[in-house]
Amino acid sequence: MTVAVFFGCTFIAFGPAVALFVFTIARDPLRVIFLIAGAFFWLVSLLLSSLVWFITVQISNKNSATQQTGLLIFGVVLSVLLQEAFRYGYYRLLKKANEGLLALSQEDTMPISIRQLAYVSGLGFGFMSGAFSVVNILSDSLGPGTVGIHGDPQHYFISSAFMTLAIILLHMFWGVVFFESCERQRWWALGAVVISHLVVSCVTFVNPHYQGSLIPTYIILSIMAAWAYLCAGGSLRNLKLCLTCKDKDFLLANHRPR
Amino acid sequence: MRLLQLWAFGFCHLLFMNTSDSEEDSYNERSALVQCESPTIPSYNQDHDMSLPQETDTKRRRPVSSGLDEPGPVERERASTPDGEEEELTLKYGAKHVIMLFIPVTLCMVVVVATIKSVSFYTEKTSQRLIYTPFEEDPNSVGQRLLNSLLNTMVMISVIVVMTIILVVLYKYRCYKFIHGWLILSSLMLLFWFSFMYLGEVFKTYNVAMDYPTLVMIIWNFGVVGMICIHWKGPLRLQQAYLIVISALMALIFIKYLPEWSAWVILGAISIYDLIAVLCPKGPLRMLVETAQERNEPIFPALIYSSAMVWMVGMADSSNPDSGELHFTSCHMLKCLLVGFLTGGVKLGLGDFIFYSVLVGKAATTGGDWNTTLACFVAILIGLCLTLLLLAIFKKALPALPISITFGLVFYFSTDNLVRPFMDSLAAHQYYI
Repeated sequence: MTVAVFFGCTFIAFGPAVALFVFTIARDPLRVIFLIAGAFFWLVSLLLSSLVWFITVQISNKNSATQQTGLLIFGVVLSVLLQEAFRYGYYRLLKKANEGLLALSQEDTMPISIRQLAYVSGLGFGFMSGAFSVVNILSDSLGPGTVGIHGDPQHYFISSAFMTLAIILLHMFWGVVFFESCERQRWWALGAVVISHLVVSCVTFVNPHYQGSLIPTYIILSIMAAWAYLCAGGSLRNLKLCLTCKDKDFLLANHRPR
Repeated sequence: MRLLQLWAFGFCHLLFMNTSDSEEDSYNERSALVQCESPTIPSYNQDHDMSLPQETDTKRRRPVSSGLDEPGPVERERASTPDGEEEELTLKYGAKHVIMLFIPVTLCMVVVVATIKSVSFYTEKTSQRLIYTPFEEDPNSVGQRLLNSLLNTMVMISVIVVMTIILVVLYKYRCYKFIHGWLILSSLMLLFWFSFMYLGEVFKTYNVAMDYPTLVMIIWNFGVVGMICIHWKGPLRLQQAYLIVISALMALIFIKYLPEWSAWVILGAISIYDLIAVLCPKGPLRMLVETAQERNEPIFPALIYSSAMVWMVGMADSSNPDSGELHFTSCHMLKCLLVGFLTGGVKLGLGDFIFYSVLVGKAATTGGDWNTTLACFVAILIGLCLTLLLLAIFKKALPALPISITFGLVFYFSTDNLVRPFMDSLAAHQYYI
């Protein structure tokens, strides 16, 4: 049972993300580098927020459970805000780097477009966030043990896996929408991304009532997916053409007349 | 059983890459990883040196083929294209080389971490130490422990400095045969003895019954093929695999036999030493590179790494029953190397592989926490990326250790002490950030 749970939860949590990586990112070295750089930025944001949380814990009353929970909630909110700040910072860095490269090369096209960067950086954030959330849980799921033996929730592992899946995909969508809104100077969209991230993190406070946390998260995931699709230039028409195999790329690849 | 105490005698080599780009200017994946002995054999490289990835997302893309025999098709290509193309090509070349270094570094780390997590031998604390770290760390007194680890570091670094200087002197006076002989001896030790030890421990962990004839057969084949691949000719992938395995074995030995605090201080000190040795005008590594460039020859014809025969300083009541009268391991001190830029490939020394893996391996030994390992892994990759970026800017041999090891150390200590309690609390409540 333990190995099965381990593999099941791993594939649930990381399956789509790894598939995306393998099929869209792994071939292009530049994208891989930007993915890892995105992961690094997320890591730095986590470091800063942990530092602040750690300091507040040290100066607080360690015996009071409510105070500790309150501090943890504060830590979560701070972490979310810092993550978004670092996403913005990464956006600025990428813009500068791209401008620099463009100036040097005197071409009108950049080797990697800002939309691809948005996707890649979002996925980088997602990978790191998901990994940090779930890897320890996965390694525990391998070992001997009984889930919820002291009355804790029985579905700890699988709910963690689903939550992680949602978070990874959400980071990717947030990245796309965020960069697009920065490009178009639509600050309300930026605010919406930050608020949706906060909402997703805050609904997890009702865990272990998983219906209260997973359902809103997946609703937000679908909304963000649709929004990101529209931001990336998709539309219903494109979708229809793609699904009925009548889109240009598919036709060109298969030399079939329209 | 009595253990004899013997003194180490060692010869130290450097492992480093060729940074002179005179004859080795054809893009060569083989030389991208290690400087190989014989001149590049086209037949082995034929199917490997395919053209660079054709970028389809730019309008003006040109297929770039990397020639094998023609000297510098890349240079020709560059000369005929306008500057814009050159910059784009440089960027893509650079990115491809970065990935070509990421993959072996990642594989080495994966091997080390997998071994550490499964085979408990490498995490068991032993009273035996290497001769290079003679001071025992006393866990009771913090001050004493710190002092001893600093002393251990000084001993280790001075040994490394002496060995490097000997190597430079040997190279300057053209004692090539000596160097080759030493090299072969050291790789022999590594490929046969260390892998035998490793295999033994893996069998013990998984309780696999193995008879000696089969074992001898396996080790013999592994070792001989390794020697041929590394010192003579062999398929590129196999050679790369052997280098990764060798680096991993070496890193595991370091992880096992370096005392706790000494290991961290040594990592820090060796990156500082790397910085000095490569960048200072009188630094030994820099002198080596310059001598090689003056003589217009590849720095070393084969994989060179330092090997010192170490006789284990053991205690009378050692817990290791197999040690017998003599227990010697060959401790390879691979010198931290340079990242060298060649107009075709980027090279990274095996010493860098080893110290990166030591850092990540030590992060993996601490508790059951995977977050620290992941953080160190990402930090090292980013450090390597930055180093390669600097390499592309400055276009001369650079030390590969300082940036990565600094990031790795910073992230290790901060993740272990700050992020771990935070993430543990979050996971306990199932809060997500």
